[in-house]
Amino acid sequence: VSATVVDRTDRPGPLWVVPAVAFFAAFAIVPMGLVVYLSLTDWDGLGSPSFSGLDNWTRLFHDSQMLDSLKLTAILVAGSWALQTPISLLLGVWAAGTQRSRAVVVAVLFLPVLLSTAAIALLWQTLLDPNFGLAGSLGPLIGIDDGNIIGTSRGAMICLALVISWQFVPFHTLLYQAGARQIPGMLYDAAIIDGANRVQQLRRITIPLLRNTIVTSSVLMIVGSMTLFETVLILTGGGPGTATAVLPFEMYNQGFHAYQMGYASAIAVGLVVIATALSLVLVKVSGFGKMRSTIEGV
Amino acid sequence: MSQRLIARRLVAAAALMALTLVVAACGSSGPGGGGGSTSGDGGGRVAVWALQDVQQQKFENPAVEAFNASGAGQASLSLFPGTGQTYLDKLRVAMGSSNAPDVFFNWGGGSIKRYADARQLKDLGAFLKANPDVNDAFLPSVLDAGKIDGTAYGVPMRGMQPVLLFYNTDVLRSVGAQPPKTWDDVQALIPKLKDKGVVPFSVAGQDPWTELMWLEYLTDRIGGRQPFLNLLAGKPGAWKDPAITKALTTIDQMIKQGAFGTNFGSVGYGSGAASQLFSRGKAAMMLMGTWEYTNQLQRDPQFAKSGLGWTTFPSVPGGTGDPAAVVGNPTNFFSVNAKAGSGAADFLKQMVTPEYVKNLISVGDVPAVKGIETELKAGPNPRFSTQVYELVQKAPTFTLSWDQAVDPQQATEMITNLQRLFAGQIDPAGFQSAMEQAAA
Repeated sequence: VSATVVDRTDRPGPLWVVPAVAFFAAFAIVPMGLVVYLSLTDWDGLGSPSFSGLDNWTRLFHDSQMLDSLKLTAILVAGSWALQTPISLLLGVWAAGTQRSRAVVVAVLFLPVLLSTAAIALLWQTLLDPNFGLAGSLGPLIGIDDGNIIGTSRGAMICLALVISWQFVPFHTLLYQAGARQIPGMLYDAAIIDGANRVQQLRRITIPLLRNTIVTSSVLMIVGSMTLFETVLILTGGGPGTATAVLPFEMYNQGFHAYQMGYASAIAVGLVVIATALSLVLVKVSGFGKMRSTIEGV
Repeated sequence: MSQRLIARRLVAAAALMALTLVVAACGSSGPGGGGGSTSGDGGGRVAVWALQDVQQQKFENPAVEAFNASGAGQASLSLFPGTGQTYLDKLRVAMGSSNAPDVFFNWGGGSIKRYADARQLKDLGAFLKANPDVNDAFLPSVLDAGKIDGTAYGVPMRGMQPVLLFYNTDVLRSVGAQPPKTWDDVQALIPKLKDKGVVPFSVAGQDPWTELMWLEYLTDRIGGRQPFLNLLAGKPGAWKDPAITKALTTIDQMIKQGAFGTNFGSVGYGSGAASQLFSRGKAAMMLMGTWEYTNQLQRDPQFAKSGLGWTTFPSVPGGTGDPAAVVGNPTNFFSVNAKAGSGAADFLKQMVTPEYVKNLISVGDVPAVKGIETELKAGPNPRFSTQVYELVQKAPTFTLSWDQAVDPQQATEMITNLQRLFAGQIDPAGFQSAMEQAAA
């Protein structure tokens, strides 16, 4: 009897995690270990890898292209975060209303999430053609008369950030919508009595209480755009020149164009380390780990 | 939890597991299921790999059927969808595993050099010697293109794809001009076309290999074949050859003149935008491989039949290169895995049968086979194919596209830096020093 008192929630035993752990080990831990090993070898994909010690790593830290790629990745991550967060937060809060018309709009808005990344990239490539696509008509409106938007260094990066946002804003909107619906209506009632207007309600109630959602969504955005590959490959191919050669693309380039699997593996390990570190820092700094509940009375 | 519920869940779990196993089993027999037959068992099974292509299947499938009917072995064809690069990626992974193909489609040169260096390819010298009917059937310049350091590793299996200067006859007529024969003609034509609001040359900046054709031809016309051979051999300073310097500055000048328009950086080839620009008359000319003819025939048959013209690349005054020399893809090849059985090489005999050549011609290819003028005239595009055939026959040299010829790593650097040059991010000298650095 005492046991049921102590463990009221009747949590499942450790056996329940075995399938998940086995899967994670087989498809994440083991490959990651192999990549770490490969990063210490010289291998062109044929024959067997030969051990080369820290050569790839020394090269990684002295490669000026890597520094460029790191900068480009940082720009893309920061740009797509800064673009997506306000849009999806506002849209999500708006969509949290229970009006039927909003539900319809949200359903339509959600469509890009259902499309494959490759399809989206191909679609945008056609739209961005200056002679037959939309770029020819939109370009003059933003001061680019010949519609050469994706063909310039800055334009290509902006296009990437916009396409990523177009694809993922709906998903994050969904997160914010769910988050906003968890906020007790009572708080807004009290605010209205105190004379707060809509903007004040948003600033003083909604955003502070969406804190956990903001952290979750930001981690997903940051890690997602840091490892973004397909869109870059199809839309810009890392170009013009190396203007959009972000780290994951550079990894593919080194692995499958230059056939330097060892060096590509070193880049991969670097990406894993940076992405993990960033998300850990984000969770720590934001106090997300403390998991303070924002639900009424809990 | 009640006993019944537990029992039901167990059944459900067992069913799910069974399903997973079935799915997994299916997965393992996907493409390449015919692979792994590199056991060296006499004639036996031959796994053939090729790029999936509607046209290509029309001659590959009959070849496999004919081979199987001949009793020389049992071939199975695996086709891979996607671009050339995805096929190369897949081939790369397979060649490093035990599931490698016995006979595989490739582009010759740099696309197979590493396999040759790793001794993964069969030296076809003995096979060609033992089968003079195969050896003598092909145009020597094309067969030579399949050799690496003098050793034959491939047998031509497709048509020849030299790069031609295509032009829109209506557009040239509207400015009262003839297709350019010399570089002076080109220089005179550029301002005329620009005044008409027409882009002189359509180029796809999103796919920089289309830009490379300009460097290849200009270098060849200015300095002959030697500058390219120096690059291929990795000679120090090869990228600073005067012919390459002149070719690069000519290109740079053309970009600044607006010979390619201003927004080519946003134009793609794979998407069809560059070809459309040309067929709709918004651009006057286009430097492209012969596949552009088939391409236009599919996209815009009316234009291909009545508005599309083609000529050789103009000569450059003072250049030492032969104006008859061509650049491009001599053809595609079938190479044989070193571990494949003897029957695998026998499959290559199919590539010279009259049936195979006929099928090649019927899809619009110009086979690299000797003495087929009559067959070409009876084919679907007699005028185009006969001219291409004569062009290659008369060509003193047929230089393989540089990005296919050189080491893949250097090819990537070359394409990337050329795109930077076209985008105005670097100047010719910057291109040369970047390439010298990459080659060192």
